[in-house]
Amino acid sequence: MTTTTLAALVPLLPFLGALGGLAVGRTAPGFVRPLAILPTLTAAVLAVLVAVRQGGGRAIDAATQLTPTGSVPIDLALHLDGFAVLVAVLVTVVATCVQLYSTAYLRDDARYPSYAALVSLFTSAMLLVVYSGDLMVLLVGWEIMGICSYFLVGHYWETPEARAASLKAFLVTKLGDVPFLIGLFALAADTGSFRITKILAAVANGGLEHPTLIALLLLAGVAGKSAQFPLHTWLPDAMAGPTPVSALIHAATMVAAGIYFVARLLPVFAASGAALVVLAVMAAVTMVGSGLAALAQDDIKRVLAYSTIGQLGYMSGALAVGDRGAAVFHLISHGAFKAVLFLAAGVVIHAAGTNSLAAMSRMSGLARRIPDAYWTMTVALLALAAIPPFAGFFSKEAVLVAAEHTALGDRTAAPAAAGWTILIAGLLAAVLTASYAVRLWLLAFRGRGAEVPDHGRQPLAMTSVLWILAVPTIGFGLTAGILGDWFDGHALTPSLTTAVLSTGVTLVGGLVTYGAWRHTTALAARTPIGAVAAHPGAEPALVEAEAMTSHTAAYGTIADAPDPADPGRLLLGPLHRHAVTGFHLDALYTALFVRPVRAAARLVRFLDREVVDTYVNGTGAVTRLLGTAVRRAQTGNVQTYVSALLAGSLALAIAAVVFANVNAGS
Amino acid sequence: MLHTAPPLLTTAAGDHPGFLSPSGVEIAFLLVGLVTLGAAVITVTTRQLVHAALWLVVALGGLAVEYLLLTAEFIAWVQVLIYVGSIVVLLLFGLMLTRAPIGRSPDADSGNRWVALGVALASAAALVWVVVDAFRTTWIDLDGPAQGSTAVTGAFLFRNWVLPFEALSVLLLAALVGAIVLSRKRDTDTSTGRDTSTGRDTSTSTRTGATRRSGPTGTPGKEEQR
Amino acid sequence: MHLAYPAVLAALLFCVGLYGVLARRNAILVLMSVELMLNAVNLNLVAFDVWLRDTLHSGQALTLFTIAIAAAEIGIGLAIVLAVYRNRGTSDIDRLRDTAETDEAETLPDDAETAPGQADGQTGKTKKAEATT
Repeated sequence: MTTTTLAALVPLLPFLGALGGLAVGRTAPGFVRPLAILPTLTAAVLAVLVAVRQGGGRAIDAATQLTPTGSVPIDLALHLDGFAVLVAVLVTVVATCVQLYSTAYLRDDARYPSYAALVSLFTSAMLLVVYSGDLMVLLVGWEIMGICSYFLVGHYWETPEARAASLKAFLVTKLGDVPFLIGLFALAADTGSFRITKILAAVANGGLEHPTLIALLLLAGVAGKSAQFPLHTWLPDAMAGPTPVSALIHAATMVAAGIYFVARLLPVFAASGAALVVLAVMAAVTMVGSGLAALAQDDIKRVLAYSTIGQLGYMSGALAVGDRGAAVFHLISHGAFKAVLFLAAGVVIHAAGTNSLAAMSRMSGLARRIPDAYWTMTVALLALAAIPPFAGFFSKEAVLVAAEHTALGDRTAAPAAAGWTILIAGLLAAVLTASYAVRLWLLAFRGRGAEVPDHGRQPLAMTSVLWILAVPTIGFGLTAGILGDWFDGHALTPSLTTAVLSTGVTLVGGLVTYGAWRHTTALAARTPIGAVAAHPGAEPALVEAEAMTSHTAAYGTIADAPDPADPGRLLLGPLHRHAVTGFHLDALYTALFVRPVRAAARLVRFLDREVVDTYVNGTGAVTRLLGTAVRRAQTGNVQTYVSALLAGSLALAIAAVVFANVNAGS
Repeated sequence: MLHTAPPLLTTAAGDHPGFLSPSGVEIAFLLVGLVTLGAAVITVTTRQLVHAALWLVVALGGLAVEYLLLTAEFIAWVQVLIYVGSIVVLLLFGLMLTRAPIGRSPDADSGNRWVALGVALASAAALVWVVVDAFRTTWIDLDGPAQGSTAVTGAFLFRNWVLPFEALSVLLLAALVGAIVLSRKRDTDTSTGRDTSTGRDTSTSTRTGATRRSGPTGTPGKEEQR
Repeated sequence: MHLAYPAVLAALLFCVGLYGVLARRNAILVLMSVELMLNAVNLNLVAFDVWLRDTLHSGQALTLFTIAIAAAEIGIGLAIVLAVYRNRGTSDIDRLRDTAETDEAETLPDDAETAPGQADGQTGKTKKAEATT
């Protein structure tokens, strides 16, 4: 088979798997698990094959036009370059792991068939985005992801948090998608094609008339999808979904799509310096803000969610300085270690019976109960904090090196201001990243207090994928030397200055946090916080759902716990109160958008109920009234009827006679 | 043109007298007609139900006389025989069987009477207007052989109208059967072997509460009038 | 003789009968009024027959037929009135208002007060149905 055929099969197989899973889900439950795993697994193998065949060489382009679509043609096009094949490998591998993990995580869930099918569909949509060489086809995958995220985040729809979160995820990403769509049309109008190759060729020839406008419109969609400030607020709330879904969204599919899209069309953005500066500021704010917010969160998954936002900020930063190789490098390595983090967090939540770090810090022996999760999570946290030689170090170095080069004027792809912004924010974020990583690790695994109850060994399907994903977490960074050839060709290896600088600040952040923890941990014993209990023997998904519900019930909010032993509280000081709520951005949006919309809805409701309905009801009432009047006539008295009948016929007869005479006389 | 009708005495055809010089037959017809009409009006307005039937006899008898004056003598005798002889008797039986009150009953007319009066007067006005306008100059020539003598009637009835006549007998038979079926008691009552004509009142009064309430001596019309 | 005399008399008789049909309460009196109307028609038939000097004498033949039909009609009518009277205890036309459009389909406006005495509206109806079979 040709590489093109193989590549076409990669998105197709999960799609068929999803269809099959939905079709047989009720009738033949035995087929659901194979139908969930096997197509994704095959797609992973094929994606690796495609990557090997492509080999980082020239981009492979293939296109077929199904039907003429007017002035701007829409093609079913594949565009396979180094970025596409590598991201596809990441997506399929993570999706396979998530599917495997889900078989155990949702083993007793009644809605597992539809869940697995949606995960497959999600994967398929992302692969479509990755491989597609046509922006309209890409948009199809983009929107399918949106709706899949809505369904998957709302998987526990019995809980109000999940319902609200799924709606929020859908609406916020849609808010970005509208300008995104307009941007795509503007782009196509300027360049005359939706094909990426043609667009890039047109940009290279300077055929873009409104580069800043188009770039800013597209950035809105990217910010929505990739959870960049100011449209990032859906991501922390999306933690109400099952943990494997979080892993999938954060590591491989949804959020990666935005970064990947910018990477694909970087020349379009690079054509406008203003857009790059905007992207840089967006990335900087995202990085620092999310780091502070992550330090304040109590829910282990929300910490990871904010860390994802921060890491996506790094990627945006790399794009802002015009180095898409670094961005995608970080995307892939982050995908690996963030998948490990989430999947391990799922294990932790199951074992501890809570998702609250404050509750975990009052348990001991969690590390002994779940050694697989402990070790892989430790490794992944080290990678997250960019400690050499783990993957995160190399990819983050690549970003910082690119920023440094831009700032110092060695690279001219982007304005120097963007470079400085990213460099400083990146270093600041490195401190915060190290800080919240250490806090997470200490609170989760170094707790003191009652022994964690034994729920038995975690299922093999859950622990094995952790180790599978731990391999790239540890080793992927070492490929930095050769990876540059797959991308744009410039080296991604770290430079000494930034390496020393960033590792130094990272160590400082980690040590300060450790110190704070040593200081505060004595308080933990004094303030007992009720561990959030759940059905320990149940399936992990149920434990998680219960933990989320009871977290709100116990602490009043999903994000915070009144825990004085939290080192984050000490470190952030007065900022903590604001960081917990994500710097009140939700409240701001509520005031700015939600309330006016609600008021407008009330107005419409009033108009409908009181004004429109009055006419409708009036029609009915008049008819009723007439009906009552007519009913009166039905007295049942035959004589009345006959009287009326005769009177009527008499009138008719007289009329007939009169008219006959009048006509005869005239 | 109707309301500007010329005076009745001016006749279009001058070969027969006008209304102001009536012949003897016409005077007789007019007088008997007045009697008939008066009897009919009393029939439909009297409060004594049995009197109504008797006034009906007068009206029908008057009509028989009118037939005679129109030289339709066979029909006049048939009128007397069938109407006065049987139908009025049948009606009287019906009145008795339904316990019609003897004497004045104030509720003989329903609440519909004013509407009825209006409709009747209006239709009377319309009909008389049309009829007078159409036939004020038409003259019936009553001279010559009687047109409704028994011989003539027998001739045309059994020469020209024999088939409808026989069909009419089937109709009468059907009416006979229908009347019997309608007025027959239920099978359970007939199986007891009682005479239907004598057992009717007692059996109905024991079967339906309404009849029992009206009682054997009561007058249902009065009692149910609140 | 002027044709107007019998014609006007017939018209007036017809309207008197019409009034009786519409105004009388007792069903038998209504039947009497119907007889009056039929007789008015008969008079017309005879008068026109005599005037036209029809060789077939359709008018007189039809008069005879009408008389026969009137006899049949009065027989059937009386049988119906008797059957109604047996079942309902009354032969007043304005009390036979089962087809009245009421809110409660079963209770008639006039029967509301007399309902306790009346055994059951339903049984009366079923009896009528049986009696007519």
